[in-house]
Amino acid sequence: MDAFLLQVLNGLDKGGAYALIALGLTLVFGTLGVVNFAHGALFMLGAFCAVSLQSLLTLERVVLDPEKLTAWGTPMEIRTPYIVEWFGDFGMTLIDWSVPLAILLAVPIMLLLGVIMERGLIRHFYKRLHADQILVTFGLAIVVQEIVKAQFGANPIPQPAPSMFTGSVDIGLMLGFAENAVVYPLWRIVYLLFAGVVIAAVFAFLQYTTFGMVVRAGMADRETVGLLGIDIDRRFTIVFGLAAVVAGVAGVMYTPILSPDYHMGMDFLVLSFVVVVVGGMGSLGGAVAAGFLLGILQSFASMNEVKSLLPGIDQVVIYLVAVVVLLVRPRGLFGRKGVMES
Amino acid sequence: MINFNVKNKDHMLLIGFIIVVALAPIIMAPIGGGYPDLLQKFAIFGIFAIGFNILFGLTGYLSFGHAAFLGVGSYTAVWTFKLLTMNVIPALILSILFAGVFALLIGFIVLRRSGIYFSILTLAFAQMSYNLAYSVLTPITNGETGLQLRLHDARVLDGLFGVTRGEGLPSTSLFGMSMSGWSGYYFCGVIMIIAFYISIRIFRSPFGMMLRAVKSNQNRMSYTGLNTRPYTLAAFVISGMYAGLAGGLMAITDPLAGAERMQWTASGEVVLMTILGGTGTLLGPVIGAGVIKYFENIFSSFNDGILMEAFSWLPEFLQHAMVSVIGLFVGEGWHLTLGALFMVIVIFLPGGLIEGISRIGNVIRRWRKPKPLPTTEADTAASE
Repeated sequence: MDAFLLQVLNGLDKGGAYALIALGLTLVFGTLGVVNFAHGALFMLGAFCAVSLQSLLTLERVVLDPEKLTAWGTPMEIRTPYIVEWFGDFGMTLIDWSVPLAILLAVPIMLLLGVIMERGLIRHFYKRLHADQILVTFGLAIVVQEIVKAQFGANPIPQPAPSMFTGSVDIGLMLGFAENAVVYPLWRIVYLLFAGVVIAAVFAFLQYTTFGMVVRAGMADRETVGLLGIDIDRRFTIVFGLAAVVAGVAGVMYTPILSPDYHMGMDFLVLSFVVVVVGGMGSLGGAVAAGFLLGILQSFASMNEVKSLLPGIDQVVIYLVAVVVLLVRPRGLFGRKGVMES
Repeated sequence: MINFNVKNKDHMLLIGFIIVVALAPIIMAPIGGGYPDLLQKFAIFGIFAIGFNILFGLTGYLSFGHAAFLGVGSYTAVWTFKLLTMNVIPALILSILFAGVFALLIGFIVLRRSGIYFSILTLAFAQMSYNLAYSVLTPITNGETGLQLRLHDARVLDGLFGVTRGEGLPSTSLFGMSMSGWSGYYFCGVIMIIAFYISIRIFRSPFGMMLRAVKSNQNRMSYTGLNTRPYTLAAFVISGMYAGLAGGLMAITDPLAGAERMQWTASGEVVLMTILGGTGTLLGPVIGAGVIKYFENIFSSFNDGILMEAFSWLPEFLQHAMVSVIGLFVGEGWHLTLGALFMVIVIFLPGGLIEGISRIGNVIRRWRKPKPLPTTEADTAASE
């Protein structure tokens, strides 16, 4: 039982990332009808917002101290981040909290990037074949990825979580299991809560605001909403920006779990597509549910007991599920009838 | 498309193609491409793209997992070298066969869906093969190291026919003719000509017509009572076999097979080649493959030093600026150029280079003869 719980928990944080990316993908697909292969790149850009803020905050002033000498006999270098010099302890706290703070940076940047991307590129592809949409966004993803690689290098850049959240908690002990049976890193709990809040916020936004109502109406019948005198294109542009923001903040918060590198976006994108397909193209709830489901499934498949029974299953389980779902229930687990079924 | 001259024009096209392949070393020499390694790559990727075009160009099914078949072909060929013989013919036949069977299995499943689902399914299968090749299948694929020839490999057939084992690793051969250098290129070239000829025949056959009909409207085909699945499956298997052939040739020129050949970036590359040249045209994919491999070769060899020299005529600060901007696109950053090219082609020239050439041709024709031509004639001439 405790092993079971541990695997569920392990799957949840990865599932949270899948769910957030898949949510954005589904939003874009449901509103604009565009298959966005560059969505993973947005996730990656979010992660690199955190990296940029971190390196910005830790810009250091180097002072040579002539009094002290290093082992080589040269004057000792004293490095102090400017921010600590200016603000003292508060500066230290800022550096410590750079990952959550990066959200403040990521939201406007991702919104802007999303809007530019939609207005500048995607807009021209509404009427074209799905193959063309896939290809052009695929090209864009490569471009973004290579620019990031040129800027930040090819190696993963570790990002520490705030020291407050670095430890782990013994969840098992709280629930009455043996000690150290279910130990879970604190930051993953934070990530899980964060994912839940973001997902809830997106749903509430679509459900309870006028803007959300118009968007939902547009998803159902774009033309009629347009005929009612509502500028649906502009709303959809904002939805695209919103999807970019969701992917971006998901990337920011994921950095302490997985050190960001330039190809993380593509790695997640391929899986997120599978998630969308399993959940049902165009179904927001389906995307979220399938995200968590597949995350948990993957973590179960990587248990040693399962692996010894079916070698290699941890590598392929998600794809296998996708294949089975597409063949047995083409519209996905939660898909509406008739949406992109063929 | 169909008129009485089609046969003749195809013959001319084939003859022209043969001449270009034969004279490629001379043609490519002035632009620094006249050496066998590069030309071999042209031929191999040309075959890969021709095969991909039979699926994507004719039926419109966009596969994002074709590299898996290439990988299967490579592994099969290397295993043939290890177990049977260093002669290339059995290796090629077996690579085609194995890739074909693999494509049949996968195609049977994935072709139940079309459109974006098809793309995602093929991608899923290719990623699955790639992951398996890296992990569980290590006894067959040798994991990250890649499958290599060993000194003490069995090579049963070679033993039977009394081929003497030399010192060191043996090299691939065609009945004693070594497959390195120019003979290697011409071997690949001849195979590409055969592959091209088969693709012409497929394009002009009733089968090819059927595939085009599937592309233009599959529903209508179904309504007329026709089961399209066998046709699309046949196209899928044929293009998988082409990929297997290309993989086998890759193993022949360099007997080493690694899982990275199956990664989805490799699948993306062949998509790009086909689109760059012109989807659904006969020559397009070959041209696309050649252009991409040529520029890959040129661009990745550049470095900042060469760039600095090239821009030395500029004032210094401009020189540095130019070098840092262009440096992004060359050398290590070649993939950036590739991605940008991808976008530019899809946005501005969906018909690929072939369309570009015909557009230029139209402009020139109009400029020569100010009188408006009957459009049909101009269009048919341009589409050739």
